[in-house]
Amino acid sequence: MGSLSSLPGADKRDIVVLEGVTKRFPGIVANDSIDLSIRPGEVHVLLGENGAGKSTLIGMLSGLLQPDEGRILVDGKLTQITSPRHALALGIGTVFQHMMLVPALTVAENLLLGGPWWQRPRTEELEARVAEITRSLGITVKLHAKVSELSLGEQQQVEILRAMVRNSRLLILDESTSMLTPKGIDELGTLMRRLVEQGLAIVFITHKLKEAAAFGDRISVLKLGRKVGEIPSERFRALGEQEIISEIVELMFGKQKDDPEAVECPIRTICVEAAPLLQVADLAVAPTDNTPGLSSISFDIRPGEILGIAGIDGNGQKQLAEALAGQRVATGGSVRLEGTAIEMLSVGERRQRGLRYLTDDRLGEGTVGTFPVSINFFLKQVGAAPFWRNGFEQRAEIDKRAAQLVREYDVRTPSLKTPVGRLSGGNIQKVLLARELAEGAKVVIFNKPTYGLDLANTLASRQRIRDTAARGLAILLISTDLEELLSMCDRIAVIANGALVGTVENVDDARTKVGRLMIGLAA
Amino acid sequence: MTGLFSEVFLSALMFGAVTAAIPLLLAGLGEQMSEKAGVLNIGIEGMMLAGAYLGFVGAFYSGSLWLGFLTGAAGGVVVALIMALLCVRIGLNQIVIGIALTLGLEGLTALLHHFQFSRSYPRLPAADATVIPLLSDIPVFGPAFFKHHLIVYLALALVFAMGYLYRHTQLGLNLQAAGDKPAALDVAGIDVIKTRTIAVLTTGALAGLGGAYLANVGAGLFIPFISNGAGFLGIVLAMLARGRPVWVLFGALLFGVCLSLTTAMQVAGINIPTDVIQMLPFLAVMIMLVLFGRRASLPAALGIPYERGTR
Ligand SMILES: Nc1ncnc2c1ncn2[C@@H]1O[C@H](COP(=O)(O)OP(=O)(O)O)[C@@H](O)[C@H]1O
Ligand SMILES: [Mg+2]
Repeated sequence: MGSLSSLPGADKRDIVVLEGVTKRFPGIVANDSIDLSIRPGEVHVLLGENGAGKSTLIGMLSGLLQPDEGRILVDGKLTQITSPRHALALGIGTVFQHMMLVPALTVAENLLLGGPWWQRPRTEELEARVAEITRSLGITVKLHAKVSELSLGEQQQVEILRAMVRNSRLLILDESTSMLTPKGIDELGTLMRRLVEQGLAIVFITHKLKEAAAFGDRISVLKLGRKVGEIPSERFRALGEQEIISEIVELMFGKQKDDPEAVECPIRTICVEAAPLLQVADLAVAPTDNTPGLSSISFDIRPGEILGIAGIDGNGQKQLAEALAGQRVATGGSVRLEGTAIEMLSVGERRQRGLRYLTDDRLGEGTVGTFPVSINFFLKQVGAAPFWRNGFEQRAEIDKRAAQLVREYDVRTPSLKTPVGRLSGGNIQKVLLARELAEGAKVVIFNKPTYGLDLANTLASRQRIRDTAARGLAILLISTDLEELLSMCDRIAVIANGALVGTVENVDDARTKVGRLMIGLAA
Repeated sequence: MTGLFSEVFLSALMFGAVTAAIPLLLAGLGEQMSEKAGVLNIGIEGMMLAGAYLGFVGAFYSGSLWLGFLTGAAGGVVVALIMALLCVRIGLNQIVIGIALTLGLEGLTALLHHFQFSRSYPRLPAADATVIPLLSDIPVFGPAFFKHHLIVYLALALVFAMGYLYRHTQLGLNLQAAGDKPAALDVAGIDVIKTRTIAVLTTGALAGLGGAYLANVGAGLFIPFISNGAGFLGIVLAMLARGRPVWVLFGALLFGVCLSLTTAMQVAGINIPTDVIQMLPFLAVMIMLVLFGRRASLPAALGIPYERGTR
């Protein structure tokens, strides 16, 4: 025991043990043979990026989902957690990622929900119990306020309180800090510490490294549905915070053995003297309530070059892409395409001049799911000749060109008329690629181009991007997958809190340099 | 014009209003429970027809009005069972199924009635009223409000029972959660499907009872399509009542007055085309919707089937 990513053998202290648990959804393996053991007196951090499968895993612990394969042991006994009621009876209380309170009811009524239906709600009993718990936890809760009147932080405390009122032995918190202020996050940390001292087991889910290191006793790292490693508590205690963080970075972004995605970074020669195709200087975007802003972003991309943007998800990647594409108002700075300023141009005008953007939101923003594949190819040319004339759709023209694109980009679709939403993620991506790389593209922004794709489509998309660069286009490749960036880019810039914190040439030790930049250490 | 405003006339008008209001009240209370739990029950018109038909048949053959009420409620429950199975358990579209049930029951009850009674419309003896002592001696109001069949007083009591249920019981909380945020109810350990099923079956029982009252007490006979939109009026009442049973009562009385006025004006032979007079209740619906429709607050998950673990 003790060595990295070895499974600590089942211990009789474990409350819950998962063994080889697998859960599939149509087209995706959300959890792939996960092993996990959960102990009283410990905060077990489940760390992983969006879509890693964290919520799916706890869905199975809380009775919402049933595993397709594998076993769950509760107190050492094989148990099928058949319903949320069953999970509660086993002492598993969950604070879900999405608020699970009834807004129109009061806090007290929400806490009472779930009692035997024939009874009068036992308000007095509840009040006494709540008073006792809140005292020992040092929190205050307004029992008779309507939930819709509470702040998100207060609502979350209510949810934790609910788990306590129900005598949970295991408390699961799914991304509970995403809605909290920094002060709220610290308070939650203190609260968790107090709870584990009282003998509770906690599973704390997050995608933020800092929180994981600060609040955890043990960390399991999930990546694309697989558990890629664990730092056991003995080791956790022996390490300092920074060492833990760099170990996590190694787990999250490090090279895995027998990784099928590993390819040698091809050597491309970029004409160093060529004038940059895209020049960005001091680009800034104001923050909003739930998105970070951007500040003084500057970079150049030359023809044939791929510049990567690395960083932990949610650090301003989407804002950067949208500001460049013209979908988000920039509050300062300049963007030049082939030397001409384009920052005051509209989305359509930028596209016209050859700036293309492939969104990561393929179905929401990129395509109209209910429209046929053929129309989706030309969504951004609606009304323009030769596909539309005098306001009329030129079906023959559209179908001819669409058939050509389907062949060229190897889109696997039953027909041109199939609604694009019915295709798999990889094929939707191909439709997008075909549309954006068509006539006149000069600079292409890719936001997480392989996110959620299977291996074959991932590799195909990457090759398509490389080929595009080889044709002399400038590429901005935004990705949270460091492996991808390392295998494709010429240079990698790191974004953190909406600013570029450093740029690294993609040579030998780029991996460590980028990793250090990502967690806030100088390269 | 003296005839129109005589005491007897006024008293009869109000008596008629109460009689007309009771089926609407029962339908409205029933619909309100379904909607609270998140199920838009458009099949309620069909449930009323089933209740009217089976209620009449039950009373006709047994000679007991009470047995008629019982078979009527049971008829409503049977239709509600289909609704619960298709819309709550399987999660089919509530509007489509509701309309299908209503149309189906309109045809079925008409057909069955035709087979049984051919073209005759046998009548039940007039229902005997429970006369409340003292109160019924009040001039004008006494005969209007305190000489009804016992079931009328029970229906009124139900308004307050429902108010208590929603406000002071665990079941009331569960129902509201099922309509507002079913996932929250589910993770609190209460079966959403079961809760909604209970609500829909209760709706069926109340609608069936309303239908049976309509046939057995209101008309004293069954004719095809006898509900004539009462179930739909119930839906309107439930939507406007903002979850409060007592508002269903007020609304039902208001519509009851309109319906009774329609009959009264026809009887009095007032010189307005009957078509216009018959529009009165529906005009009232329009006016109510314009006045209060915007304030109607419906449960957040109304009409959305619940399935665990999807998002
Ligand atoms: N009910 C569902 N149906 C289909 N796909 C789902 C469902 N729930 C999750 N997924 C998919 O499973 C993957 C993992 O999701 P999730 O467990 O929510 O990740 P995380 O919580 O780590 O962000 C995602 O790709 C997501 O799209
Ligand atoms: Mg999640």
